[in-house]
Amino acid sequence: MKEQSPSYRLAVSTAASRYLLILGVLALAVLVALPALVSRGALQDLIFVFYMLALAQCWNLLAGYAGLVSVGQQAFVGLGGYVLFAMTLLFNIDAMPAILIAGAVVGLAAIPTAFVVFRLRGPYFAIGTWVVAEVFRLVLAQFKQLGGGTGMSLPVSVTNDTFGLEWIKTLFDVRTAAARDIQTYWVALAIAVGTLLLAYLLLRSRHGLALAAIRDSETAAESVGVDNDRTKLWIYVVTAAMTGLVGALIYLYKARISPDAAFSVLDWTAYVILIVVIGGIGTIEGPIVGVIVFYLLQAYLADFGTWYLILLGALAIVIMLFAPQGIWGFVTQRFGVELFPTRRRLMRR
Amino acid sequence: MLIWLDTFIQGALLGGLYALFAAGLALIFGIMRLVNLAHGDLIVFSAFLVLALVHALGVNLVIAFLIAAPLMFIIGFALQHVLLNRTLGKDILPPLLVTFGLSIILQNGLQEVFSADSRRLDAGNIETSSIPLFSGLAIGVMPLMTFISAAAVILILNRIFYHTRLGRAFRATSDDPQCAQLMGIDNRRVFALAMGLAMVVTLVAAVYLGIRANFDPSIGPSRLIYAFEAVIIGGLGSFWGTLAGGIIIGVAQTIGAHVNPEWQILAGHLAFLAVLIARPRGLFPRAVD
Repeated sequence: MKEQSPSYRLAVSTAASRYLLILGVLALAVLVALPALVSRGALQDLIFVFYMLALAQCWNLLAGYAGLVSVGQQAFVGLGGYVLFAMTLLFNIDAMPAILIAGAVVGLAAIPTAFVVFRLRGPYFAIGTWVVAEVFRLVLAQFKQLGGGTGMSLPVSVTNDTFGLEWIKTLFDVRTAAARDIQTYWVALAIAVGTLLLAYLLLRSRHGLALAAIRDSETAAESVGVDNDRTKLWIYVVTAAMTGLVGALIYLYKARISPDAAFSVLDWTAYVILIVVIGGIGTIEGPIVGVIVFYLLQAYLADFGTWYLILLGALAIVIMLFAPQGIWGFVTQRFGVELFPTRRRLMRR
Repeated sequence: MLIWLDTFIQGALLGGLYALFAAGLALIFGIMRLVNLAHGDLIVFSAFLVLALVHALGVNLVIAFLIAAPLMFIIGFALQHVLLNRTLGKDILPPLLVTFGLSIILQNGLQEVFSADSRRLDAGNIETSSIPLFSGLAIGVMPLMTFISAAAVILILNRIFYHTRLGRAFRATSDDPQCAQLMGIDNRRVFALAMGLAMVVTLVAAVYLGIRANFDPSIGPSRLIYAFEAVIIGGLGSFWGTLAGGIIIGVAQTIGAHVNPEWQILAGHLAFLAVLIARPRGLFPRAVD
């Protein structure tokens, strides 16, 4: 821009973020090599952490930036799982490409869904997305080939004969079950890193600037030329596709699907919202912090059953009343640290 | 022909129950735009409260209801005053998350106290009696009583809303909370009174829920979804609209079930989405959302 004073420049990165880039590449290398170093139990825990992180990052983009507070993301998790089952069982497609197909199908399915729910605003939108998810659940329970209302399992011929599994078996010298864990771990890692990069690059792009403007004030964004509805639609479809991808991976890994589990509002939306809010909504770091806290809570307290759930409920209330900005929001406010900076700052040259 | 008339009447009567679930929600959603995700669990909580009173004191349902009503009013008032008032504002996330937390606490707390077993409220032989209209068509006494109670609750809510001082405060805060405050209305107290009143309505719904079918601590969320559908179809702040919304859901469900028993719930949801595609603000919205 010509009018800009020459003694200023626009900066996005921070000192912390530049160190993080180096650290991040190192950490990623360690994470990729991890199956050779840690036990199967640890890998299984990390699979859970990664897919919850991916779901949380998607919901964060949706609610934290586009202002679309959805309580119906389980629609896309469940649909992703069911498309994977349909592709592998009915069309004999290998499970690995079937995950990608599931993501694409769910993204396409989100477009007509958007036509319905985008007519609604605020609380109506939230309830509308939930009802749509219920419709998905009830419709898929009608497909007898996919197990109807009681659900079904993937046969061994599908789960144990996927692309790359033999290679992993020889590389690590492990049996099929362990090789499946490693394969799922890598895919989960790729999806988690993918959503993280997607969120980061998206927010640094001009679409991200539009999103941040919408988050701060819809009216103001509209008045400076942001096409709110189009930007929101775009985010809705992209996050739906990513969520579908995650759903397909989850149900390939579990190898058993049922409508009630696949479209569970508690597992795939409520916990995800809790993760984002604990960590800090509207920040990229928030879901990472949140998923770590959630994992630790579950690892140490889940044995307490109902009392664990009561504690989670109480935690949701306490966080929202006393620390609505979440843990990362607090850190940023207190110490000014930003690992994934997306704000544009004017700096003196 | 007769079978369709029967289906329609049964559906409308079922709609009465849904309208009862929804009436309390319509009051608080209409006045303070509070999305109360714990509403379904509060209905179940009230049903367990009545059950506990019947068992502990050995009284019948009517007495148990009369004892529970002031208790529920106080619980609602306190809940709003201590907790929910802090969550109100432009952002819908705080009420969503706080009431969701409340919902989990209620569900699991009830399960801890009463176990996950199915329970029922016993209303004697009135449960199975019916009134024959003409040959081949009869309506149950309980469904009819449910519907009449729903209409009565809505009539009373409407009277309060449009013909009392409290109702004027309700309407004022619903229309413009800032202005209402400038006119000397204490919004927080008005909201707490509304929640107390809504909890008494919830108790009425709970009694009919408990007589009609088995209930256990986990059924709250599905009642919540019917209630929300009825409120949204009816339009923000319209009580008669809520009754109409309940009837639309009820009739859609019975017609769906008539075609294929597995389509009952689905048909209700599809009717809701169809109404919203045509009228995104519901059929009879009173206030601006």
